[in-house]
Amino acid sequence: MTSDRRHLLRGGFSLGALSLLTGCDLSDSGTVQRVLAGFSAWNDRVQAALFSGTRLAPTFPDAMAVKDFRYNAWYDADKAPDLKAADYRLMLSGLIADKRPWTVRQLHALPQVSQVTRHVCVEGWSMIGKWSGTPLKTFLERIGADTTAKYVGFECADGYYEGMDMPTALHPQTLMAFRLSDQILPRKYGYPFKLRVPTKLGFKNPKFVTTIYVTNQRPRGFWTDRGYNWFSGI
Amino acid sequence: MTPATPPQHVQTHALAVRIAHWLMALSVLIMIGSGWRIYDASPIFGFRFPVWATLGGDVETALAVHNDPGVATGIAWHFAAMWVLLASYLLFVFWGVFSGHFRRDFLPVGPKSFLRDFLAAARFRLEHHLGEYNVVQRVFYWGVLGLVALMLLSGIAIWKPVQTYPLVRLFGGFQGARVVHFLGMSAIVAFLLVHVALVILVPRSFIAMVTGRAAEPVRHRQGESVP
Repeated sequence: MTSDRRHLLRGGFSLGALSLLTGCDLSDSGTVQRVLAGFSAWNDRVQAALFSGTRLAPTFPDAMAVKDFRYNAWYDADKAPDLKAADYRLMLSGLIADKRPWTVRQLHALPQVSQVTRHVCVEGWSMIGKWSGTPLKTFLERIGADTTAKYVGFECADGYYEGMDMPTALHPQTLMAFRLSDQILPRKYGYPFKLRVPTKLGFKNPKFVTTIYVTNQRPRGFWTDRGYNWFSGI
Repeated sequence: MTPATPPQHVQTHALAVRIAHWLMALSVLIMIGSGWRIYDASPIFGFRFPVWATLGGDVETALAVHNDPGVATGIAWHFAAMWVLLASYLLFVFWGVFSGHFRRDFLPVGPKSFLRDFLAAARFRLEHHLGEYNVVQRVFYWGVLGLVALMLLSGIAIWKPVQTYPLVRLFGGFQGARVVHFLGMSAIVAFLLVHVALVILVPRSFIAMVTGRAAEPVRHRQGESVP
């Protein structure tokens, strides 16, 4: 979301604004919000039922991967966290047996795979990229996480927070991505790693992850708190 | 009424048809308005829909509450109304097939009769009788029923491009499904414009769709005294 676009929209008018005139705000009234939230909760259940832990996201030839991947966040790229390997520690909490923090060097020593998949943004644009890293499943097993728990949550250095259902966390293509286009993940894309989840919308792929936790309480989501659907599977 | 009076034209609609029709009307309008707001977040073509024509809440409020201009609410509306549209569409189609409504009122259609009625309509010489659909009308109803099916399928492909990948391939990929979804929307909007214009020309058809029955006033022959 760029500032000029916000400006453009700010000058506009909406059905919601129109209905203010009649004393009944269509989208923003409590009743409408509750009905929409009810449908969203129903959609969470439908999506969880549709999700298959073994169905793989389509993969593409390396040549189709975009080299200059689109930067996307609610802040400008130069405001992105600048994490240094020397200071960085990945913290673990919740239903995990071995909660010792991890250094970048330790993370990089984990077994890695690559994938060329399509990143789909909730706004409608999409882009094919190549990501490399460790399946989250491998890492969760390594740290003795309780994989019978319902959710895995993430806290990030830029104030972002996300979470996902355990079946998606254990999906073979859900990666802790250390590389983009065969390069160490550049700062603006989430160094030292981002979650790459090709079965979810882009905003369910948190960057600059500093804490991973396992829980039975549904984790909050940055954009979910701002009205987007929680499961957001694709 | 004298025996010489021609048979009266009457339009009736079963309750199931009326419920399905109005639920489809409501949900399609919500789908279009919220779809336009979603489109505006990442336009496929070089234009955006004016915000006043879209559904997703007041932009200022949405920016303050959600930190976005109402795409979140637009999506919430879209993914709520899609269930209403699916349910009412299925009700309409199943009722149409099993009650005989489709066979009785939407058939037969053929290229010859379509051309005949189309040419007559183009010269404003097509007589309209309540309760009787001409061939152009029938073809339009089949067409819009097909379009809604296309919208449901392309919509599912966009909503779940990984879980329904064979469907996505059918549309030529994720972007292809978005384009098909947009073109289908455009065709439905065109249908709605014609549909509503014709209802304004024949207001009794609106009454029939609300109350279930409307009749043309009895026409008296020339020279007959009108009481």
